Amino acid sequence: MNLLFTGVGGQGTILTTKLLSSALAESGYDVKMSEIHGMSQRGGTVLTQLKYGDKVYAPNITEGEADYIIAFEKSEAIRAIPWLKPGGTVVYDEREILPMPVLLGKAEYPHDFPQSVKSILIPAYKLAAELGSARDQNIVMLGAIAKLLGIEAAIPSKFNAAAYKAGGTYIETNS
Amino acid sequence: MNKTILSGDESVARGAWEAGVAVAAAYPGTPSTEILENIARYKQDIYATWANNEKVAVEIALGASIGGLRALAAMKHVGVNAAADPIFTAGYTGVNGGLVIVSADDPGCYSSQNEQDNRLYAPHAKLAMIEPSDSQECLDYIKAAYEISEKFDLVVLFRMTTRVCHSKSLVATGERSKTLPKSYEAKPEKYAMLPVNAKRRHIAVENALKELADYAYSSELNRIEDGKGEFSVICSGMTYQHCKEAFPEGTAFLKFGITYPLSRKLVDKFIKAHGHVIVVDEGEPYLANTVRGFGYDNTYITAWTFTQGELDAGRIRVKLGEGRTLSLPEQNVPARPPVLCAGCPHRGFYYAMNKRKNKLVAVGDIGCYSLGVSAPFNGFDIAICMGSGFSIPIGLSKALEAQGDERRVFGILGDSTFFHSGYNSLVDAVHQNANVCLAVLDNSITAMTGHQENAGTELNLMGYEVPKISIERMILATGLSPERLLTADPLDLQAMTAAIDSGIANTGVTVIVTKRPCALLKEARSGQHASIDSEKCIGCKACMKAACPSLAFDALGRKAYVADSDACNNCGLCAQLCKSGAIGAEVRV
Repeated sequence: MNLLFTGVGGQGTILTTKLLSSALAESGYDVKMSEIHGMSQRGGTVLTQLKYGDKVYAPNITEGEADYIIAFEKSEAIRAIPWLKPGGTVVYDEREILPMPVLLGKAEYPHDFPQSVKSILIPAYKLAAELGSARDQNIVMLGAIAKLLGIEAAIPSKFNAAAYKAGGTYIETNS
Repeated sequence: MNKTILSGDESVARGAWEAGVAVAAAYPGTPSTEILENIARYKQDIYATWANNEKVAVEIALGASIGGLRALAAMKHVGVNAAADPIFTAGYTGVNGGLVIVSADDPGCYSSQNEQDNRLYAPHAKLAMIEPSDSQECLDYIKAAYEISEKFDLVVLFRMTTRVCHSKSLVATGERSKTLPKSYEAKPEKYAMLPVNAKRRHIAVENALKELADYAYSSELNRIEDGKGEFSVICSGMTYQHCKEAFPEGTAFLKFGITYPLSRKLVDKFIKAHGHVIVVDEGEPYLANTVRGFGYDNTYITAWTFTQGELDAGRIRVKLGEGRTLSLPEQNVPARPPVLCAGCPHRGFYYAMNKRKNKLVAVGDIGCYSLGVSAPFNGFDIAICMGSGFSIPIGLSKALEAQGDERRVFGILGDSTFFHSGYNSLVDAVHQNANVCLAVLDNSITAMTGHQENAGTELNLMGYEVPKISIERMILATGLSPERLLTADPLDLQAMTAAIDSGIANTGVTVIVTKRPCALLKEARSGQHASIDSEKCIGCKACMKAACPSLAFDALGRKAYVADSDACNNCGLCAQLCKSGAIGAEVRV
């Protein structure tokens, strides 16, 4: 199974992938996770990749190979579409973070996610804000993806358990 | 056995500790930074330190090795260039306690100015070379590297790539070795590299490399995986994992862990068994050329060399003639380039400098401030390597002068880069009375790589209090006249502009030091964010010229608004630009 996580620097994409990796390893899978950071910490796109199964070799995937794309921001969800395997699903938050070319008025933000791609919208940022902290958006997303994959991620106690639960519940009630 | 998920960098740190390493030094650089950060967790057993630059890091580690301790120096690929001088001669001296130099290469230039393949250093500098392909190998191989270093009296180049450093996989860990340190003995014939000794050491190291080549034939770090399929592959490092993913089942592999010296006997055995092999290289054709050097021409080998960009399984599949199926092609989405963070003090400097763009030509350097190159600031035209921000202006100013171009040449670098090698360049600029204005953007930390301590911080990597070095006093120590040293708060636009204007008006050397800690440092968080009174906002967009990621403009309502109050630190820059007094501050709730 190949997962691609994408978001904007600071959204907690890498942390979410790490937590899910640990959960999958505890479930007995061989797991490899790959992150590329550096410049992307400064508000750029962050991509992390997670592969699991009986035996995993390369830690990264290529375009057309992701079973799921988990996107924390809408335009990043759209940007990542070429990574999707035919028949794969994009799980995304509708949150919009305007990139600098848009802020400078030099580009248009793509507000509409393409209808032709199988997708599940999770209002994770909104749900997290309702639960008290919008910064827990990533934990809501983690709860949702864990539910979709049918695994239980034991999240460390310092993270918001209610946010994690809200993600799973949203998947249950909206699918 | 209990396994934990570790990155390659974390595994190298753990493996170094298990190997009994006692001294480790590095200069931060993606993707190598986390090695020393994790080694510092073992500070009860390992003296871990950030050095001012990679040359210093290697020399600290070499000193410990000659003294009898196992030692490590870590750096990114371009750091090896800065450290090449001691590395090439350490190749001759060999070691007492084992010495490993980690080179973290960056195929694909994810966070670097080039994608050089440092495997080429090993034969050139007479270093043994070991390449891991995943986290478990990072841990196992670094331990083997110390055994090899001491057994053969060779320095080991431990060559990683971004994908090895920053991938996490399951690792079985062990305990710290009880190896006792060796004692220091004076051996000038081995460690004082004057010509008479160096000539003899060159013979010794060539012999040691021959012995290691014999040993490599039976080393567990190299392995043949038999297969009766259509393909047979020679590879190393992360390339192995990509090949395992892409080549069909039954493919035979000769996977090298010791990549210098390459075991000729293993290559002979593999080619004899399989007739024709594919040699896969990410970067330079290092393995392919070595195998060719053994006398195998294109009858025996096909070289697949991926010189540019990072290798992945998909690129190998394309070589194998397999296509890719995409759900949908690339969509039209605006780029999201990395930007100066909300509240970044560099923004004030670049805003003020941009206002004088027609009067100056600027040279940048490597660090967060390199992000000032983008629109709308277009802060500089040239950026080459660490420290060059202060020396390229010396030559460039001569060129502009020769062409009658009266624009003033500026050089820009940060506090950590100043300590790294910028100071050397400053000394020359002052000594030559160059016609340049040099700016140190001091944000009190090595920011780009994620907040590492440097000579200007009060704490070191291990968290202990250390003497803090004053940049201003170093500058004045060159003999620069005190009135030519200007300091300014970069977020005070009036003061910043005045300093830049003086820098332009002066002839000879002027140095500007901007003083304001990185906005992401805990102690720099103001607890406030900007707020815009939409009644007062006249929609003039003056604030948007700050190019702050926290600010957005509502095109329909013609009003600016704070789009990300979490990130905003109320730095006050937009408020200074506002023409209608609409921007105030709010305490963060």
